[in-house]
Amino acid sequence: MKYEADVVVLGGGGGGMAAAKAADKNGANVILIEREEENGGVLNQCIHNGFGIHYYRKDLTGPEFKETLQEELENTNVKILNSAFVLDVNKDKQLTFVNHKGIHEIKTKALVMTTGARERHFNSLAVPGDRVAGIFTAGVAQKYINLQNLKPANSALIVGSGDIGLIMARRLHLEGIEVKGVVEILPYPGGLERNVQQCLRDYNIPLYLSHTVTRVEGNKRLGKVYVSQVDENRQIIPNTEKIFNVDSLVTSVGLIPLTDPIKFVETGPGFITSNTNQTSEDWIFAAGNCTVVFDLVDYVSREGEKAGKYAALYAQNQYFPEQKVKVIKGKNINVLHPLYIDPNERTKLYLRVSKTFKRAEVTVEPLGIKMVEEEARPSEMIEISMKPFKDKNLKEIEVSARELG
Amino acid sequence: MIAVIGSGIVGSLIAREINKYIEDVYIFEAKNRIGAGVTKANSAILHGGYDDEPGSIRANFCYKGNKLYDEISEELSVEVKRIGSHVVALNEDDLKVIDELEEKAIKNGVKEYQILDKTELLEMEPNLNKDALESFYCPIAGVTEPWEVAMQAARSVEINGGKVLTNKRLVEVKKKANKFELLFEDGSSFIADLVINAAGLYADEVAKLFGDEVPYIFPRKGEYYLLGKDVVYVNSVIFPTPSKITKGCLVIPTVDGGFLAGPTAVDVKSKQDLSTTQEGLLEVKEKSLRLVPTLDFSRNVVKTFAGLRPETREKDFHIDVGEGNVIHVSGIRSPGLTAAPAIAKYVAEYLIQEKLHINLQKRENYVSHIEKVPHLVEEDYSYWEKVIQKDPDAGEMICYCNKVTKKEVKQAVRNGARTLDDVKFATRASFGECQGSFCTSKILKIISEETELAPEEVLQNEKDSWIINSEVRII
Repeated sequence: MKYEADVVVLGGGGGGMAAAKAADKNGANVILIEREEENGGVLNQCIHNGFGIHYYRKDLTGPEFKETLQEELENTNVKILNSAFVLDVNKDKQLTFVNHKGIHEIKTKALVMTTGARERHFNSLAVPGDRVAGIFTAGVAQKYINLQNLKPANSALIVGSGDIGLIMARRLHLEGIEVKGVVEILPYPGGLERNVQQCLRDYNIPLYLSHTVTRVEGNKRLGKVYVSQVDENRQIIPNTEKIFNVDSLVTSVGLIPLTDPIKFVETGPGFITSNTNQTSEDWIFAAGNCTVVFDLVDYVSREGEKAGKYAALYAQNQYFPEQKVKVIKGKNINVLHPLYIDPNERTKLYLRVSKTFKRAEVTVEPLGIKMVEEEARPSEMIEISMKPFKDKNLKEIEVSARELG
Repeated sequence: MIAVIGSGIVGSLIAREINKYIEDVYIFEAKNRIGAGVTKANSAILHGGYDDEPGSIRANFCYKGNKLYDEISEELSVEVKRIGSHVVALNEDDLKVIDELEEKAIKNGVKEYQILDKTELLEMEPNLNKDALESFYCPIAGVTEPWEVAMQAARSVEINGGKVLTNKRLVEVKKKANKFELLFEDGSSFIADLVINAAGLYADEVAKLFGDEVPYIFPRKGEYYLLGKDVVYVNSVIFPTPSKITKGCLVIPTVDGGFLAGPTAVDVKSKQDLSTTQEGLLEVKEKSLRLVPTLDFSRNVVKTFAGLRPETREKDFHIDVGEGNVIHVSGIRSPGLTAAPAIAKYVAEYLIQEKLHINLQKRENYVSHIEKVPHLVEEDYSYWEKVIQKDPDAGEMICYCNKVTKKEVKQAVRNGARTLDDVKFATRASFGECQGSFCTSKILKIISEETELAPEEVLQNEKDSWIINSEVRII
């Protein structure tokens, strides 16, 4: 079949659903494509609460957050294509996708990429040892337990203290799996402070900061995990080895933005966009974890909404940025989004500092924006709201952080 | 009946070759899958045959085997990419080794080579170490997927009336007149008129069951890194200059667009030790970076693994008849993959017919060409579309990285796949960058739905490699 649209949204998670909703609201004829049978992405398996506090001003579970968005979508004219896998996007603004009915084409005016991220796999960490069953990414373990009612472990060690790792430590514990600890290579936890409290301390699950897995052993299924302490340069400190007898290792060692199947847009490694979510290809917009990895779905949906709006305006010839100001990563900034600003529009800057600060001052120069952040940590995103600025001569601005004395 | 012990690349290709004459060929595989031993984890290179010791059995078979891969590729519908290889000289000493290689190439009758100077070399391989002085370039060298060759060869045996039996570990052999009774671990037994021992790492032990002595086999471990597809590091196989012991640590493009770095060469005690080590991985990293400094080991690693090769003190193949109608094909170390098709012909045409004086006639009904189960994403959209119209599962994507549909996964299960690795090697599902994060739970479900197996009984690969312990709660 051949379809036509003003805006195609690729990926029906928290970002894509919000993008489709906003594009529709802004007058565009919208198609939302999702490869799974249902929309929602990882929200479907996140049965814990903590979603929606910013976006809906309500504390929701993942499935509730998704249902809320889904209901809003059903009141729009958005055409939703589920179980549809996009094979190709070409520069002529044409998409090819496959579903159980065949192979189809869509001609569009604008595209919003909301393809999310994947979990970094333990195999990519090159940890020596036996090749064994029983090593799962947190998302896979979560899917087995929450969606398939299958228990993949009797005892587990968690690697990585990102939010998914922390949530899964609690989840496994609550399902009667003995969780022997959470191992984190950094000297501070990777996830939100509220999750360290609610998922680990509340259940007396030990957190091993500055520790790393050095070896895995087992006869076909995992049996032993070797862990050692590391110094500030991540070098192993001799004689600090601990051995955990577990049949499972659940890993939460980072997310990698997914940009497939697009190869002709600037990435680093996620899509690089402007404050209006426009990429280097002006008809392609991107939002959420396929740009940078966000802390909360709330931010992802907010970004999606914005991308949907500008894509709709672009498709209807109502949005043409004249000027793009570059945003430079200054001192002590690890993650920064967006990397371009259309100065006529408002901006929400998201950033991560590259180390921990007792009291950090974050500045945006030469705009003279300063803000103070107590206990700034790389694991917690900092947001800066910026008004439009009209200085036509400004080519770039720089964001940096420093410790306040 | 003719029995082939072992379904690695050597056993499968020998069985296929004999099957051209005799329908009644059995492959007996000890593991639960075809080609899951030495064949599964190696460099996957078709060597040019220039560097083997002139006069050795290896040298005799390597070049011939290389040539036969065009036919193998055509008849078995497997990918063979002749991407060429460079042995790179990085210093003055290496230049001498390149000269020696040329002498060996001449003695081995290999004409397809060129000595390239720095400019020519770096033009072909711009990511190489800029210290490179010259290379011994062999355009007929290439890569393939060894397990795929073995699986397709075994399949062709089945299609032509032979049998392929897995989980058949040979434990005893009884001589009965001029036949052998083969007794397997599972209690079954078969009478064979002729037996080919192609048991890989275990060929010496299998030979003993026949009362024969072949050179003692010890496992030599090679560790590898697999890097992802997003960067093209090299276009051809990159070797350092070889040492007395090994061809060294290489950088190899894989058939499907990834890159291998490795292997190490360390003798180990156990024929089951497939573990990676800190020292081994570090060695691979350091040595391969010396050849290709742009290899990104911090961000581009997909996984690491180790393979074992069957090494002997003689450092050569042992291919000969034993006591009675048995042929031992033993010590097939590097370049075994390359040599395998030539070994198969030697066994069928010379050892069986000339040495054992068994008269064989080519079968008239033999089907030499077999199709591959189509990987739909690689087919024309019009063909794929037709398949979807007949079976909507062909439109449902299961593996997002390697783009494998539900139909293909189900087909693999119908063809006998019972473990996650069976599906992985049959379809490439879960072989990609995400290493199965998105699809393993779906594949496990499909295997369970399509067979009698409960989710708890679906294994990763071998016995004890369980995935699911139980249901979370009884509903």
